[in-house]
Amino acid sequence: MTETVDVPSRVPPLVLITGPESLLAERALASILDELRVTTPDLEVVRLHPATYEPGALAAHTAPSLFGGDKAIVVHDLDEAPEELQQDLLSYLAAPLEPGVTLVVGHKSGQRGKKVLDTLKKSRARILEAPLVKSDRDKSDFATHEFRAARRRVTPEAVAALVDAVGKDLRELAAACQQLVADTTGVIDDKTVERYHGGKVEATGFRVADAALAGDTGEALRLVRHAIATGLDPVPIVAVLAQQLRQLVRVGGAGRGRSADIARELGMAPWQVDRARRALGGWTSDALGRCIQAVAAADFEVKGGGRDPVYAVERVLLTITRERHAG
Amino acid sequence: MSVWRDVIGQDAAIATLRRAVEDPAAMTHAWLFTGPPGSGRSVAARAFAAALQCPQGGCGECRECRTALDGSHADVDVIATEGLSIKVDLARDLVQLAALRPSVGRWRIIVIEDADRLTAYSEAPANALLKALEEPTPRTIWILCAPSLEDVMITIRSRSRHLRLRTPPLEAVAELLHRRDGVDEGMAMYAARAAQSHVGLARRLARDEGARIRRRDITRLPTLIRGVPEAVAAAADLAKLAEEETGAASAERDSAERQRLLEVLGADPAARTQPSHIRSQLAALEKDQKGRATRQARDVLDRSLLDLLSVYRDALVLHTGAPIGLVNQDSAALVQELARAMTPEQLLAAMDAIGTARERIGVNVTPLLALEAMAISLRLPR
Repeated sequence: MTETVDVPSRVPPLVLITGPESLLAERALASILDELRVTTPDLEVVRLHPATYEPGALAAHTAPSLFGGDKAIVVHDLDEAPEELQQDLLSYLAAPLEPGVTLVVGHKSGQRGKKVLDTLKKSRARILEAPLVKSDRDKSDFATHEFRAARRRVTPEAVAALVDAVGKDLRELAAACQQLVADTTGVIDDKTVERYHGGKVEATGFRVADAALAGDTGEALRLVRHAIATGLDPVPIVAVLAQQLRQLVRVGGAGRGRSADIARELGMAPWQVDRARRALGGWTSDALGRCIQAVAAADFEVKGGGRDPVYAVERVLLTITRERHAG
Repeated sequence: MSVWRDVIGQDAAIATLRRAVEDPAAMTHAWLFTGPPGSGRSVAARAFAAALQCPQGGCGECRECRTALDGSHADVDVIATEGLSIKVDLARDLVQLAALRPSVGRWRIIVIEDADRLTAYSEAPANALLKALEEPTPRTIWILCAPSLEDVMITIRSRSRHLRLRTPPLEAVAELLHRRDGVDEGMAMYAARAAQSHVGLARRLARDEGARIRRRDITRLPTLIRGVPEAVAAAADLAKLAEEETGAASAERDSAERQRLLEVLGADPAARTQPSHIRSQLAALEKDQKGRATRQARDVLDRSLLDLLSVYRDALVLHTGAPIGLVNQDSAALVQELARAMTPEQLLAAMDAIGTARERIGVNVTPLLALEAMAISLRLPR
């Protein structure tokens, strides 16, 4: 026989989960529900989705029930909620809160449902954030945290390799971390990652352009074939090449001066100016001009002017790296 | 007064059309008018339509003539698109229309001003017309207009009678501007020359100070492009000029159209979100507007490139010493400077580069990129 101790739940009756990263939002929701279940193992969870919401359903679920125990009402995607759902939420928040009901509201982004958000914040809801994980550094932090939570040691190289391989989608990254935790023992290093995700690289137009502008023929071709094999269209690759070349020319023509000033003058971000300056080494403006002409010809070819878009992209990459070596 | 008054510099073509109006044996049920942009294809088509409807064969005074000329005649339908292409649905509607007898006039006349744009997604819109063109309903006349024979498919070409319009002479264009639009003679001559006899453009240049300034900015570019950075900057300028010209007018018109559509549908314009059936109508309108904006941006850019081309053409004329007038006679110093700086071969290469850019923009290459590649080829030799 187990003794039950009556511990008051520490979860406030109102919870707001805000942010566009769905994986983090789901985890936040799961942690709230887990916390509630510590005190109420038979917690009833009601999920309301905007697409299927019928006016009044919220009031029906929050109304006190003769037989019911505690309830958690989860409103998903407030940012897509129809007017009725928002009205129902507002009227629920305006009245004294029902005891035994925990309302969890999820909101991805945007202006819709702003009034409900503000009211929730005013009513001292607990706010959990699910910010977008975008930069490579954030992704590395996320992966490191995943391994630490599983009490596993991991080398920084392994994290970098993992982000390179499956960093496109946070969910995929999380799944890869879990797989490594479950399937391996000991310290996770880059060899382990290589064994599981070897040869897989997240290839984007930007990486292709970086490699080409650095004059690395092999790497540029490898990345572009990888990118096309994983479904990237030649058109955006060419567009990125054009954009990067344009930045190099403009920064190169702007002369010396503080990068912040030049950035303001050219309408670019300071880090873009710094990056362009680093990439400018080994380039002459004439060579860049020939590259732009080659890219324009390639743009014509990938948009129906030529027979083989992939060939056009590869050829322009070869032209760019050749120009870089000649300079 | 005659319906042919505004069809300038086309004596041979007018003679053919007059004969067709007067003599039933010289008449044909399907015509294809071709001629360079601005030569007055659609003006000629309307005048022909008016002459056919008029009891006196084109007096220019009667009700039939006037309504046909201004496009409100019940039996004259003028089809022009402001979008990128004419869709197959519209072509099929026209075929149905062509089967009807004329209601008030002597003929049912269908004028397609952009027969070269019967190309939505495939050749289907043009194909839809073939049957109607080949086996005409009695008293139905088709008049198709296109820049050149090559712009319409061969199966349309073979089913219609071809009438070629020529580029009208400068004097005729200037005279028209003076007579019809009240432009003073010096300005009319400048505009006609700068627009290279394109009547619509000349009219714009003569009446719009902004258009003249933009043109002057463009014609100054050739002597400014020295290195690659200047070329990239010049391309950005060109793109920006075109954008300015497109942007202001169309934004106003877009919002007016939206307002009107909401009114027609009885929707509340102030509502933050519209009901779904109204949203779908709005989405369709926005799609149309986007197509129109693309077309307009391309047209404006193409015109800018033609202005640019005229400077190189003038420099080449100076080199060869040919006894023809300059397009940019008002900025002769600039043309001379360019002629000194570049050899005839280099000038020709520059003109080729401009031609390539026009072609590329026409098939959807990013305009800025095409302009950059062009401007880099236009660098002055050191």
